[in-house]
Amino acid sequence: MTYILKPQMHHPKLAANALGFTRRDYEGRVSTLCAGCGHDSISAAIIQAAFELDLPPHRIAKLSGIGCSSKTPDYFMGASHGFNTVHGRMPSVLTGANLANKDLIYLGVSGDGDSASIGLGQFAHAVRRGVNMLYIVENNGVYGLTKGQFSATSDKGSKSKKGVVNHDAGIDLVGLALQLGATFVGRSFSGDKDQLVPLIKAGLAHKGAAFIDCISPCVQFNNHQGSTKSFDYVREHNEAVNRLDMIPARAPIAVEYAPGSTVKVTQHDGSVLSLHKLAELYNPNNRAQALGYLQARQARGQIVTGLLYIDPDASDLHDALETVDTPLNELGTADLVPGAKALDAINAGLR
Amino acid sequence: MSVSIEPQTAKSAGPVVVNDFVVKFANVNGSGSASANGMFAKSILRMGVPVAARNIFPSNIQGLPTWFEVRVTEAGHLGRRGGVDLMVAMNPQTWDKDVAEIESGGFLFYDSTKPLPPSKFRDDVTVIGVPLTAMCNARYQLPRERQLFKNIVYVGALAGLLGIDPTVIEQLLAEQFAGRQKLIDANVEALHMGVDFVKAELAPLRLQVRRTDKVGDRIFVEGNSAAALGAVYGGATVCAWYPITPSTSLAEAFTGYCEDLRTDPDGKARYAIVQAEDEIASIGIVVGAGWNGARAFTCTSGPGVSLMTEFIGLSYFAEIPAVIFDVQRGGPSTGMPTRTQQADLIGAAYASHGDTKHPMLLPADPGECFEMGALAFDLADRLQTTVFVMLDLDLGMNEWLTEPFAWDDARSLDRGKVMTHDELEAGVDFGRYKDVDGDGIPYRTYPGVHPSKGSYFTRGTSRNPYARYSEEGAVYVDNMQRLLRKFETAKSLIPAPIRRDAKRKDSKAKVADGVIYFGSSTPSMHEALEALEAQGHHLDALRVRGFPFCDEIYEFVAAHERVFVVEQNRDAQLRTLLVNEGEIDPAKLVPVLHYDGTPITARFIAGEIGQILALGQIGAAE
Repeated sequence: MTYILKPQMHHPKLAANALGFTRRDYEGRVSTLCAGCGHDSISAAIIQAAFELDLPPHRIAKLSGIGCSSKTPDYFMGASHGFNTVHGRMPSVLTGANLANKDLIYLGVSGDGDSASIGLGQFAHAVRRGVNMLYIVENNGVYGLTKGQFSATSDKGSKSKKGVVNHDAGIDLVGLALQLGATFVGRSFSGDKDQLVPLIKAGLAHKGAAFIDCISPCVQFNNHQGSTKSFDYVREHNEAVNRLDMIPARAPIAVEYAPGSTVKVTQHDGSVLSLHKLAELYNPNNRAQALGYLQARQARGQIVTGLLYIDPDASDLHDALETVDTPLNELGTADLVPGAKALDAINAGLR
Repeated sequence: MSVSIEPQTAKSAGPVVVNDFVVKFANVNGSGSASANGMFAKSILRMGVPVAARNIFPSNIQGLPTWFEVRVTEAGHLGRRGGVDLMVAMNPQTWDKDVAEIESGGFLFYDSTKPLPPSKFRDDVTVIGVPLTAMCNARYQLPRERQLFKNIVYVGALAGLLGIDPTVIEQLLAEQFAGRQKLIDANVEALHMGVDFVKAELAPLRLQVRRTDKVGDRIFVEGNSAAALGAVYGGATVCAWYPITPSTSLAEAFTGYCEDLRTDPDGKARYAIVQAEDEIASIGIVVGAGWNGARAFTCTSGPGVSLMTEFIGLSYFAEIPAVIFDVQRGGPSTGMPTRTQQADLIGAAYASHGDTKHPMLLPADPGECFEMGALAFDLADRLQTTVFVMLDLDLGMNEWLTEPFAWDDARSLDRGKVMTHDELEAGVDFGRYKDVDGDGIPYRTYPGVHPSKGSYFTRGTSRNPYARYSEEGAVYVDNMQRLLRKFETAKSLIPAPIRRDAKRKDSKAKVADGVIYFGSSTPSMHEALEALEAQGHHLDALRVRGFPFCDEIYEFVAAHERVFVVEQNRDAQLRTLLVNEGEIDPAKLVPVLHYDGTPITARFIAGEIGQILALGQIGAAE
């Protein structure tokens, strides 16, 4: 069928990371998406981010819903377990997986139809629960697999390939994520790898609900004049508020920006985010200001990108539930079954 | 105080009835009567007399009518009998209906503070008036106190009338309010207001409770609570749920048991409970946790199962363990949310689109709710699929007298076929959907198990034995056939039916008929069998305890000329499953259906079956 196996040969001089893995070890199967699809660039960015972070691929769990974007977890990190769930319901499955084993890294990959239409409710609730995950929406404003219907993130007034004008207001997932209490919120563009890779790295290292809205043009159905999700439109209207360098906990800090323009944020795991300000007034530690700034710029037709909000001391769902340190899926009979004696006491209380 | 009607008139003439009658309380929801009524039932149990107690309540928090029925039954008939011997009529809204329900020669207990015209009473019913409101208004100042203590006063009065030892109730009050002496004293005082009034003004009724030893070491517990405890013993660590009557108390009981039994000394929890945003998310969380190697469940009712069906299909096809407790209520749609039915059988058995089938466990009492609640998790892991535990409102939300919970400490959790790191490292071939052992059950791996082996991509799309996407016809058919083999395997793991053969007193009688039943119909069925037996109708009986059906069930059907199938739904759903799965001639299975939302009674079953059998005899005589 559509599976084309990649050659297993590695270039002998391929660079290895601290774990001895090369970039190839983070790849998956050959993509079956259209040539030039923004989603493939995001997959490549995920591969690079995981490689640079020295993450053991098998300790990542990739989950997705249904749609073009949700197919992509098959195309990166083949040594990770992946789960292509049902349409719009990845967040609940990821939540359950996370509850079962808090020690894995959870990467949720979804699309705008999957997360903003059918799955808006689940998106909202996974975010507000603070599930420790990186949730990426590959946002192209269109249903690709069913050939070009508007999705809920299509902007009002945006034109479909067939020339139909969208009359419904677009859902801004970044604004929603901020309101719902996401502790890491970013927006990027599949065509800007330099911005996207550090954002993904920082999101993977973040403890709590991390969300990245990645605009990812659909070359087949939403890359025309009149679309607000085309390559050209996004390039013209992109306003990056900052540039990010992600320095893992153990690495020496090598990148230095001129004083005054750089903010350093230390995350829970000890990793340091070095934020180079592009918009002088933008402060990514203030949720309310972030919302106001985004709305003001959106009204002017600009697409604000970068690390938009971060709470480096965030807690997650396991903290709220006060679960034991051992992953729940490792607890055995002795940990879980109270035994006959406890039952006798319960029986005695029921007479 | 005015007592408008002479108490204890000659209408009560008749033999004294000991430990065999029905008391029904008609109350207003939210008046605090539930705990007093519960105490009344428990006091009789403490005197060694079995009781069957049932709440009949509305979908409402305050103001609508609610009833509590207590069957006092030394013979141990725990089903609902039908009919009322003593009506405690505390709700003016339902007065006429309540009075009409009393058996001829029965009793009506009421608050006689406000006079009622004679037309409000019946000539064939003895009226017992106790001026409860007047007594409470004289003693208490606060309206809430007047209301709450009125309940205890009537319990005291009933104790006096029925011969219940007040010290037993005092003991129950001491247990309920342990450590709060003032509260205990106030309640005991109210209790004795009732007892003393009866002693001074009225004579004991001919309905009497007498101490005996028929309760034994049995416990009194709700099915939902028992199932929740079963989930604890079954090793469930993740519970995701959405509130819905009548299953809410299952999640709440699980929370309570986990707090008591699964909390580390440092306060850390060996469990995770999430109240999800809806039933879809609930089952999604369960599927995610099951995929990742934790034992997980949700509890819901029919409307929730309807919402969950897409995920149930994913669990079936991608082979992910999940447990769903379905506490059935009256359907369809919102139906009768606070009434009982067994009407989700087909919906659960074949939930989701495409060809799907799911194992179900059918507990008949809280003891089985516990056992099957635990077993469900072993089965779900072993079979890597969704397992339903089918309770209903009657079983789930009422306290039933049941055998004490038992556990074998030598038992350990069966995690099913899970390939380990070491097996992968040793080079054992891993194909997620390969039938290695010929039983249709493949091996799985937990995410994160090995750096380079054992990972796979889980999907609801068709795939080959190595979990690779494939829509090739032969590959698909092969997989669907394997899933059928797995379902065959399930037959050997589901609890076997329990057979109860007729006592063939008359050796000439041809035992040709049988009866199949399940779940909460069980006690009424047993009582009906005794009644039919007394009429000379000898029936063999088989209690079905799970789905898929094992051969023993089909053999039972084959061995009888005609089999009655007793169930609490309109469409004879168990019968449909039997016909469909066993290719049984439908004419052989006679439906006996009770579905008005109240628990099925022995009178109903014996009446329906007796009528058909009597017709048959007339036919034979001709």
